[in-house]
Amino acid sequence: MIRPHDSIIVQTLGRFLIPVVQIFGLHVLFFGQYGPGGGFVGGVILGMGMILSVLIFGHDNTRSQIAKKVLHADGVGMLIFAGVGGLCMIGGGEFLNYANLEIPGLETASRRSLGIVLTQIGVAVDVAVTAVSIVFSLSAEEIIEDSING
Amino acid sequence: MTFSVQILLLLLLLTTAAGAIMVKDLMSSVLLLGSYSFFLALVWAWIGAVDVAFVEAVVGAGLATVLFLLTLFGTAPKDTRLRRPPPSLTTLIIFPLLGVLLLYAAKDLPAFGDPNSPASVHISPTYLEQSYQDTNTPNVVTAVLMDYRSLDTMIETVVIFASGIACALLLRRQV
Repeated sequence: MIRPHDSIIVQTLGRFLIPVVQIFGLHVLFFGQYGPGGGFVGGVILGMGMILSVLIFGHDNTRSQIAKKVLHADGVGMLIFAGVGGLCMIGGGEFLNYANLEIPGLETASRRSLGIVLTQIGVAVDVAVTAVSIVFSLSAEEIIEDSING
Repeated sequence: MTFSVQILLLLLLLTTAAGAIMVKDLMSSVLLLGSYSFFLALVWAWIGAVDVAFVEAVVGAGLATVLFLLTLFGTAPKDTRLRRPPPSLTTLIIFPLLGVLLLYAAKDLPAFGDPNSPASVHISPTYLEQSYQDTNTPNVVTAVLMDYRSLDTMIETVVIFASGIACALLLRRQV
């Protein structure tokens, strides 16, 4: 169990830094098509924002309750990624061939661009949730108690 | 000028890598490994692989350091100093030989940026020429990862998902 940090400097800086980190993560995620970045890095940065909030404000604070709840959705990222592939198959093509996404009024190249954005969101959700989940697993109460007692 | 920067980066890489292995304290070892990842990210950015540099900086210097530190806090006794036995005679003979072998093999590698190297003549030109018309995506790396090779990326995501599930199952008593 991680307790809230005592120092007011850390808490104030955390309140300032965490939104900046999250917005930078979203920027990296959605501008991965136009510059360096993409789903994996964006997901890790989003997860790092949540990890920072857990490390600063502790497990029980309402700010990190969201991070704890989000763990129950561990497979959502995979579902988004594979679901886009399934939609392509429904559209009449191969698995993950984004040109077959059934969206009227879009050219083939734009459909593939949209497919890239959607699958990147899937990767980002999966990576962010997994990073936070591993941190929660490593800081579980029982492990710390075991290492102190034995 | 450029040459000296490369030499400086190489020296920093070697120093931090050797330091992470030789240092007596596990905590210092973790932090040296983080700085090693940071210098490695600089090297990737230097040779033009900006996406790889981004991943190395974020995962190697950021996330991995946090995970190592949490593992240290969770498992190690409070004294994190190491008592390391001296290397055996076999190690001292085998590893320099392996290094010489690798250097010998490295002479056959194509030069950096060689347009006639096998990696640059097979399918990379097709990707570079076609990816913008095909996918409306200026970043070729993203187009290759997410469109042309999307099945590979999906299986990588499965691996990350499985690692998260495995950590939760092994380390927690209740989910």
